[in-house]
Amino acid sequence: MNRFAALLDRLAYEPRRNAKIRLAAAYLRETPDPDRGYALAAMTGGLSFRNAKAGLIRGLIAERTDPVLFGLSYDYVGDLSETVALMWPAPQAGGTGHNRPPAPTLTEVVETLATASRSDLPGVIAGWLDSLDETGRWALLKLITGNLRIGLSARLAKTALAQIGGMEPNAIEEVWHGLKPPYAELFAWVEGRGARPESVDPAPFRPPMLSHPLEDVADFRAVLDPAAFSAEWKWDGIRVQAVAGFHEGRKTTRLYSRTGEEISGAFPDLIEALDRDQRFVGAVDGELLILRDRRVQSFNVLQQRLNRKTISPKLIQDFPAHIRAYDLLAEGTQDLRTLPFAERRARLEAFAAGLDPERIDVSPIVPFADWDALTAARADPAQAGAGVDAEAVEGVMIKRLDSPYVPGRPKGLWFKWKRDPFVVDAVLMYAQRGHGKRSSFYSDYTFGVWRDGEAGLELVPVGKAYFGFTDEELAQLDRFVRKHTINRFGPVREVTHSADTGLVLEVAFEGLQRSTRHRSGIAMRFPRVSRIRWDKPPREADRIETLEALIREYGTNEGESG
Amino acid sequence: MRPTDILKITPQGLYCAPGDFHIDPVRPVSRALITHGHSDHARSGHEAVLATAETLRIMAVRYGEGFCGSAQAARLGEPIRLGDARVTFRPAGHVLGSAQILIEAGGQRIVASGDYKRARDPTCLPFEPIACDVFITEATFGLPVFRHPDMKGEVRKLLDSLALFPDRTHIVGAYALGKAQRLMALLREAGYDRPIHVHGAMERLTEFYQSEGIPLGDIRKVVAAERGRLGGEIVICPPSAIQDLWARRFPDPVTSFASGWMRVRARARQKGVELPLIVSDHSDWDDLCATIRETGAGEIWVTHGEEDALVHWCRTIGLEARPLHMIGYGDEGEESEAADPGATSAETAP
Repeated sequence: MNRFAALLDRLAYEPRRNAKIRLAAAYLRETPDPDRGYALAAMTGGLSFRNAKAGLIRGLIAERTDPVLFGLSYDYVGDLSETVALMWPAPQAGGTGHNRPPAPTLTEVVETLATASRSDLPGVIAGWLDSLDETGRWALLKLITGNLRIGLSARLAKTALAQIGGMEPNAIEEVWHGLKPPYAELFAWVEGRGARPESVDPAPFRPPMLSHPLEDVADFRAVLDPAAFSAEWKWDGIRVQAVAGFHEGRKTTRLYSRTGEEISGAFPDLIEALDRDQRFVGAVDGELLILRDRRVQSFNVLQQRLNRKTISPKLIQDFPAHIRAYDLLAEGTQDLRTLPFAERRARLEAFAAGLDPERIDVSPIVPFADWDALTAARADPAQAGAGVDAEAVEGVMIKRLDSPYVPGRPKGLWFKWKRDPFVVDAVLMYAQRGHGKRSSFYSDYTFGVWRDGEAGLELVPVGKAYFGFTDEELAQLDRFVRKHTINRFGPVREVTHSADTGLVLEVAFEGLQRSTRHRSGIAMRFPRVSRIRWDKPPREADRIETLEALIREYGTNEGESG
Repeated sequence: MRPTDILKITPQGLYCAPGDFHIDPVRPVSRALITHGHSDHARSGHEAVLATAETLRIMAVRYGEGFCGSAQAARLGEPIRLGDARVTFRPAGHVLGSAQILIEAGGQRIVASGDYKRARDPTCLPFEPIACDVFITEATFGLPVFRHPDMKGEVRKLLDSLALFPDRTHIVGAYALGKAQRLMALLREAGYDRPIHVHGAMERLTEFYQSEGIPLGDIRKVVAAERGRLGGEIVICPPSAIQDLWARRFPDPVTSFASGWMRVRARARQKGVELPLIVSDHSDWDDLCATIRETGAGEIWVTHGEEDALVHWCRTIGLEARPLHMIGYGDEGEESEAADPGATSAETAP
């Protein structure tokens, strides 16, 4: 455990990507099985313990510390594991007749967490916390709460593993699904001591190909040749991969998120339909959408189907899931990823032609002669072929006709060109400290716009934003909050917000929806601070009527069913 | 007299009416008593200043000889009568020359402790607890997550890193007055005898420490042209310089920062620190609590820092306690550790 804790500690402070990979690779090379396998599982998010959860940790610390002091400390540190690790009243070393118990190994921790009963766990974990130093406690708690947040992605961990065998990271990805911690056979293969783990998974995940923002290409109109590209709508759903294959005569069908997480359980209707259709064998990259009467619903509607604990028949009926296909990665058992996009697209159209259009269809091509034509299409998708579905269009995707399907974010092949966001000038009303990287800065901002209240003009909160600003702007905002606090409600600070004193934030957002949960009756999608208007007096900020008008023009009126 | 009749909060800072003086005033006043030389406590432009001889000399180094109208040196432990009050300076253990001020007036004993620490410091006299009725304390690290580890271990971390990366310059951010010199002295105690290189901004204060008879060994100012040759050496600079272009010119630098704030990982990461050293000139939570008990005071006033938690703790053990919400301390990012590097400004009372 101490070795793993030391690794996490070093990784947490190391800002450089390559150095992170070196550190992780050195650990994986030098640490014996099965410890390193469990460490790899922890770094790739592959461990979860049914009975060991954050709530248990809160319970343990609540028994040992003053709740007010814990609350203030947690608010300051912004990380549960670290707060508990620092506050844990460790037994005094060297006391008479008391020796610290030996620190557990990582394997012991993982295996115990997986098997110990709910009633035994608190005592076991408390014993470990007593035996570890602050770094060890922190690492243990990170492991238990399941989010390491040390700036090391699963991808980076796999890259480190690949490095010890001189392999490409995608070689690891190809065999990854279907393997389980502690990955002994995977290490054996990487180190040249064993055969490639046979992926018996007939429906594996394939790392997706991602795009770059078109805005990042300086003067793209001059640099990119429109004839070399194809364009299609960027649908505002969730990017998924639907995969099906046979093994020993039995078909397996799965749905993955773009990070490789299996999400089949959330969409039984879709999986069942694809599984039943014997022609659906292969791998489709597409967008998961909700369609009603063949009409694409907005993301707000889709959201109501996501993150549900139980998937009721009513939910399935009201929110039928659908895939709008972008690409065909495999057909039957044939891998198509090395073919050029134009060829894959032709294969996709033929493949999808035989499938149930209620469940899967192909995202249409947006024809364009030159960049001006595409600019017009992006500005007004309804007139450019998207019709009534225009509301669910986030922008356009531009793909080189000759591009192979390259996992990751290769340069120069695919671009996304989002529609311009909406902006509104709002007044900062409340602030709260952030977590993680922003710990102890006031970085979560509630903002409001003006409306006519009973006692005259008043501000009504319309949303909350916690990103969009630079680190320097964050420091300025934090200073503003601290200097202009007029009230404190626990961790929340109310800042001055009158017609003449206060701070105006330009807030950008992607859409609006009516909401019964918000006092203003409006919920914003994806709000972020796009500019700090130090120059603008609060009285000149926008009014609620501006947002009402936007809803009438672009928004949706579906109520929240939840 | 009630304590609040003796000491009042004014925009200039704490004011003692019976003695007609201010303590660590943030604006020019006719008579100032100064606890220590950090610039958020010791400002120039007062008429009369009473402080320890070392603090007066530090102020002269920083502001020039004419930093006040008239200066009087307070000897440690010797009472001085000012109007209807009697004041006595005693060591606070914070930096060279730092003192607590005991005020006796109207039958009350009030101690304004300034900034203080209990951990050992080879560069200044140790803190002396003073029995009193009212103890005025800071709370820079007034949360139970702040528990400073043994500083020998922290110095060892730096030396271990030097051994691990013998070609990389180790750039250590440290406050120019006190922390930098304490770190030098701790390195010498740990047996490090290579020259220690310093940023130009800390040269004068370091020379001053040496002139006061504190041995710091071979200290050299960094010459721009020689930065490329300082691989494997220790360079101490003001915290603001560790992310400067200045620091990038050294061979493959390791960024380090010596501060109590380094206890919290996010703080180190926000500043881009790779090698955090938890070395503080302030009391940690346990020392704040222990000191409050030791003074025997029934009433605790908390000047600045994380006052909410400390006030709460005092009340749980039956002491009267109140936050003073003082403005102007700990808001100079560079000067003293009381300035939280993540929260660069002082809190303003609602």
